[in-house]
Amino acid sequence: MVRLTIDGKEVEVPEGTNVIEAARRLGIEVPYYCYHPGLSIAGQCRLCMVELGNNPRPQIACNTQVTEGMVVRTDTSKVLETRQSIMEFHLINHPLDCPVCDQAGECWLQIYYMKHGLYEPRMVDEKVHKPKAVPLGPHVILDAERCILCSRCVRFCDEITGTGELGIFQRGDHSEIGLFPGKELANPYSANVIDICPVGALTDRDFRFAVRVWYLDTARSICPGCSRGCNIEVHYNLRRPHHNQGRRVARLKPRYHAEVNRWWICDAGRYGYKFVDDPSRLVSPSRGRGDAAVEIGWDEIIPVIAGQLRRYRPEEMGVLASPKMANEDLFLLKRLVDHLGLAHVDFSVPPRHPGDEDNLLIRADKNPNTCGAELVGLGPREGVGHGGARGILRAAREGRIKCLWVFHHDLLASAWPEEEIREALRTLECLIFQGSNANRVSAAAHYVLPSATWVEREGTFTNFEGRVQRFWRAVEPLGASLADWEILGRIGAALGLGPQPVRAEECFKALAAAVPAFAGLSYGELRDTGKVVSA
Amino acid sequence: MKLRQRFYLVEVLVGLGVTAAHFFANLGRHTARHVFRSKTARGAVTFQYPEERRPYSPRLRSLHRLVRREDGSPRCVACMMCETVCPAHCIYIVAAEHPNPEIEKVPERFDIDLGKCVFCGYCVEACPEDAIRMDTGILEFSSYSRQGMIYTKEMLLALEPAGPAGTPRSLIPIPADRTLER
Ligand code: SF4
Ligand code: SF4
Ligand code: SF4
Ligand code: SF4
Repeated sequence: MVRLTIDGKEVEVPEGTNVIEAARRLGIEVPYYCYHPGLSIAGQCRLCMVELGNNPRPQIACNTQVTEGMVVRTDTSKVLETRQSIMEFHLINHPLDCPVCDQAGECWLQIYYMKHGLYEPRMVDEKVHKPKAVPLGPHVILDAERCILCSRCVRFCDEITGTGELGIFQRGDHSEIGLFPGKELANPYSANVIDICPVGALTDRDFRFAVRVWYLDTARSICPGCSRGCNIEVHYNLRRPHHNQGRRVARLKPRYHAEVNRWWICDAGRYGYKFVDDPSRLVSPSRGRGDAAVEIGWDEIIPVIAGQLRRYRPEEMGVLASPKMANEDLFLLKRLVDHLGLAHVDFSVPPRHPGDEDNLLIRADKNPNTCGAELVGLGPREGVGHGGARGILRAAREGRIKCLWVFHHDLLASAWPEEEIREALRTLECLIFQGSNANRVSAAAHYVLPSATWVEREGTFTNFEGRVQRFWRAVEPLGASLADWEILGRIGAALGLGPQPVRAEECFKALAAAVPAFAGLSYGELRDTGKVVSA
Repeated sequence: MKLRQRFYLVEVLVGLGVTAAHFFANLGRHTARHVFRSKTARGAVTFQYPEERRPYSPRLRSLHRLVRREDGSPRCVACMMCETVCPAHCIYIVAAEHPNPEIEKVPERFDIDLGKCVFCGYCVEACPEDAIRMDTGILEFSSYSRQGMIYTKEMLLALEPAGPAGTPRSLIPIPADRTLER
């Protein structure tokens, strides 16, 4: 550990820390553009100047490691004057674009100009013009005039993804960011450059002009796109419903987690939320197949479902749970399955095309909670020998299983032959589908129970390393849809399993008490960073 | 309150006295002018609105209009500053891509719900492009339905600024879906 003094306050930090991070410990903000804790140091923007000891010239804080007894000042008139001059340099060729710029409202150029701006511009020459609105790839669009050449995006593509699509071309004030010839910014993490670009030079094509950022609200969440469980923020707009074609969730942004995803998320996860406000959402419970389907209320359908579950003998019933369900849902389902004595239970359905994987974040298992489903015990049970989900479908085809309850899966998009599944679905006497969006299984179902999506409820997912992480509710469930645990709680109550839980937290408490792996965990204990399950 | 003011009737009579004094003073002036051909006496007269109008102040906030570029397209860049500042939340803008990347953004939809507008003029104040103004001089818009109070981009773009003395130079736009049923 090293002790140093910043603005008269003492702080102790590990060796190798730079002055920006040491100041952050004290709550002292040293402004910067090019520095990023996840990338190498470039010393490009010169904004983080501080005074060191008796050194007559201010130094950059990002590239200065702390030393014992160092004396740093960030608030002298010399430092403030330097910041103002650097800001003036950055803005020499910057267009007056804020009203049309998508970054406005979350732009570090705006923020630091308000703090350190020289409000009387001295620039009399025509600004240098550069290309505007240039798509760099499927997700990113560049406005080279707004770029301050911090080189964060270049370093990201060089150091994090190793794909090196971007570079700085030309010289002097004609320098501009661009793609190397023949390249496209299409790596699976490309949209992270939008997050790290401190200004509006790189913006999101998907989010472009959709909602102004100051209309957005934020909820903490977990990406449901794969078993990594990246920490994210859900940005949603309820203030101006006429924007973004009425879609409530406007974008997902990464949320820092030191051990899971650091500052990044993959593009598949970032844009994987579109099903939330999709017209295919199921918004009302219904009974009857295809055209004969009629929408009914929850109070009507719950007793009907409970009646169907009582009607069949346990060996005539099958349950296909989903690894997209939260731990809370899976636990209530497990309780129900045990209560009814069902043996034909599984959750894993292989996708038609195996998922891609890399050694940064993306996992081949595209489900957020496979680990949770295993721990809760919804996998095929030892010694029953029904052969997993496929065995259950075979039994359905052969008429041995008459009632099947499918959660979320689009079985027709699985690796198994379509005809086999179609026949199984046709043969069933009673097919119950529970899920958020319509698919070919819901179309064939006798009963449809609409579930809320993960942003419309709270809960926890267990990622592939067994880390239990919470997600919070951002928006209200669409239509009459309910969280899976709520539906299962109601059905459980109708079957005499005691009162239904009123909050997800109650389900998690019961889960922690019943399943040894979750013992000792609680919502309070999980906090923002989650906890790894025991054993 | 003074003791006298507490007696309702006394104050009513005093008020009546003021009105009567004005009435008789005006009656006297009109008589002097019209009967005795006085050149100086001027009695109060009522403006025969709407045939006759008083000049409007140039600062008057009247019906909004959207300023046009030379080619007739809106000057507005759909920045949503007016939508954001509007205390009545009565501006509805949907942005779209402009073919010219120098302009970049253009409103695809720009509706003002005048049924909600409080005529504060903040939208004009907030606009960085001087694209919205309240200088048409039009004050007499009304409708039998709420829907009829919603003015669209096309209607707002078609309006002209008021002439000298604040006289409107464009007609009151009639929403296409304005209905007359009560
Ligand atoms: S990058 Fe920032 S300062 Fe530049 S136009 Fe966009 S919002 Fe304004
Ligand atoms: S595009 Fe953004 S991140 Fe890249 S150099 Fe320019 S300002 Fe920095
Ligand atoms: S005048 Fe005021 S209330 Fe009316 S549209 Fe403008 S900002 Fe809104
Ligand atoms: S403030 Fe002006 S430019 Fe911006 S949206 Fe409103 S009218 Fe258009």
